[in-house]
Amino acid sequence: MSKVWRYGDHVDTDVIIPARYLNIAELKELAEHAMEDIDVDFASQVEPGDVIVAGRNFGCGSSREHAPLVLKEKGVQCIIAESFARIFFRNAINIGLPALEIGSDVEKIATGDEIEVDVRLGEIKIVNKNIIIKTNPLPEFVQNIANAGGLINFVKGAC
Amino acid sequence: MGMTMTEKILAAHAGQKVVSAGDLLIAQIDLILANDITGPPAISEFEKIGKPVFNKEKIALVPDHFSPPKDIKSAEMCKRMRDFARKHEITNYFEVGRMGIEHALLPDVGLIAPGEVIIGADSHTCTYGALNAFATGVGQTDAGAAMASGTTWFKVPSAIKVELTGKLPRYVKGKDIILTLIGMIGVDGARYQSLEFCGDGVSELDMADRFTICNMAIEAGGKNGIFPVDEKTLAFLKNRVTRDFHAVTADADAIYARTIVIELDKLAPVVAYPHLPENVHPVDEAKEIMIDQAVIGSCTNGRLEDLAQAAEVLKGRKVHPHVRCIIIPATQDIYQAAIKLGYIDIFIEAGVAVSTPSCGPCLGGYMGILAHGERAISTTNRNFRGRMGHVDSEVYLSGPYVAAASAVLGRIAGPKEVLS
Repeated sequence: MSKVWRYGDHVDTDVIIPARYLNIAELKELAEHAMEDIDVDFASQVEPGDVIVAGRNFGCGSSREHAPLVLKEKGVQCIIAESFARIFFRNAINIGLPALEIGSDVEKIATGDEIEVDVRLGEIKIVNKNIIIKTNPLPEFVQNIANAGGLINFVKGAC
Repeated sequence: MGMTMTEKILAAHAGQKVVSAGDLLIAQIDLILANDITGPPAISEFEKIGKPVFNKEKIALVPDHFSPPKDIKSAEMCKRMRDFARKHEITNYFEVGRMGIEHALLPDVGLIAPGEVIIGADSHTCTYGALNAFATGVGQTDAGAAMASGTTWFKVPSAIKVELTGKLPRYVKGKDIILTLIGMIGVDGARYQSLEFCGDGVSELDMADRFTICNMAIEAGGKNGIFPVDEKTLAFLKNRVTRDFHAVTADADAIYARTIVIELDKLAPVVAYPHLPENVHPVDEAKEIMIDQAVIGSCTNGRLEDLAQAAEVLKGRKVHPHVRCIIIPATQDIYQAAIKLGYIDIFIEAGVAVSTPSCGPCLGGYMGILAHGERAISTTNRNFRGRMGHVDSEVYLSGPYVAAASAVLGRIAGPKEVLS
């Protein structure tokens, strides 16, 4: 069972990890500032296996891969959103952080809900509401990157 | 079946005759860019692959974000990139004193040509579409992988046709056009899509306008923005690009997801209110808003044409006593040209702080950070919460005319208030 951290539309990468910390090379230290400008409790209270659920255009703005990296470092299991900004989505796939785009079904998930996510099947179960949301699987090509363990391993095998 | 400009470039780089929106392909890359923030992690990813760089002339490394280094940690990141550039004999490494803000610099030194494919570990890489290239931002893992392979994968984007018609009114520039468009379609209005500009209004735009417009395609969620080539493009490329290039035009029967018409004659200077670039208002609605700082510069509006607009407003005038005005020429060449044209004298006499090229305040790095409750008008590209400093500061986005006029009056103002 995963705890839900619920956010709204257009959560940008500047609030996911503010640029003023991007001179920190150590990921563990950097991750202590995750979501700081939108939710001061997140970094100290998030637990491994928790899930972020958000509205439209999650991860818009800067291409900084530090954004999905700090969320993964804090143990976020996956991110579910109505929609994702494209660079963030691509970065998340490349580093092996599942990102599930579920459209307006996202409105069924609220703060305090307990959910179970099967990333491989693309299935989200809202346990306390007995609702199951099914998502479209990733394109095969993208799945191959994930199966290789991320983009770097994928390229290692190819070039 | 006809193709858009973007489809033609991607097809040519994937060795295919025809591609269409939604196709997945692997494309050859003509240039890979990284900066002092994204470069070091891209290098770490590259090193995991254990291969040499695919082409030492097709990687551009530009320390511009926290550079000249603002602190020891930033200096370490710059050093990591510098050491890598020396080790791998990267031709296009640009050291402090010769560098500029990457998206102004690379076109200026001839690294971008029509029909080319450029990826950059920086979201504003889409700027280069102004030169009829396909250019898009990626993360550091994509950039690092491509440094070894010389290729990357793309999903061919569907396209929005943006038809520009008519003539530009006085004091209305590229920033007003792109902010107006973002105001119309929203910050995710072109998500995953290409913004393809066309129409008789294109000839109205100088190259700086086109760079500004493509630069902010990402602020509408776009994958890229792209202009056709005309005489102004060719004049820009002359003496900069000597290699062969293949400009593309959209076919008459190319398929677009939708068409948006912008009548240039009807536009006015605009301002985007906090905290999203889509919160666009005519400058005349913003006249009661007091400011603490005005920033003119960045990859969006730090070009010579932008500085000329600021100089037109500031000539013989003073920055308001309550305002800090910071002007940052985007490259060393632009800086030097601005000196020769007398702009820098105008700025200093007006009470402006002029800086060496850097992204600096745009992303809240340094060189003009906002305190709690402070408000800035800025020619930069994002006004997200905390973008330029304290989480409770505010950024209003505009073009250089509005930013300079606001600096003089101490409140948001259009250029006509000052110049007439």
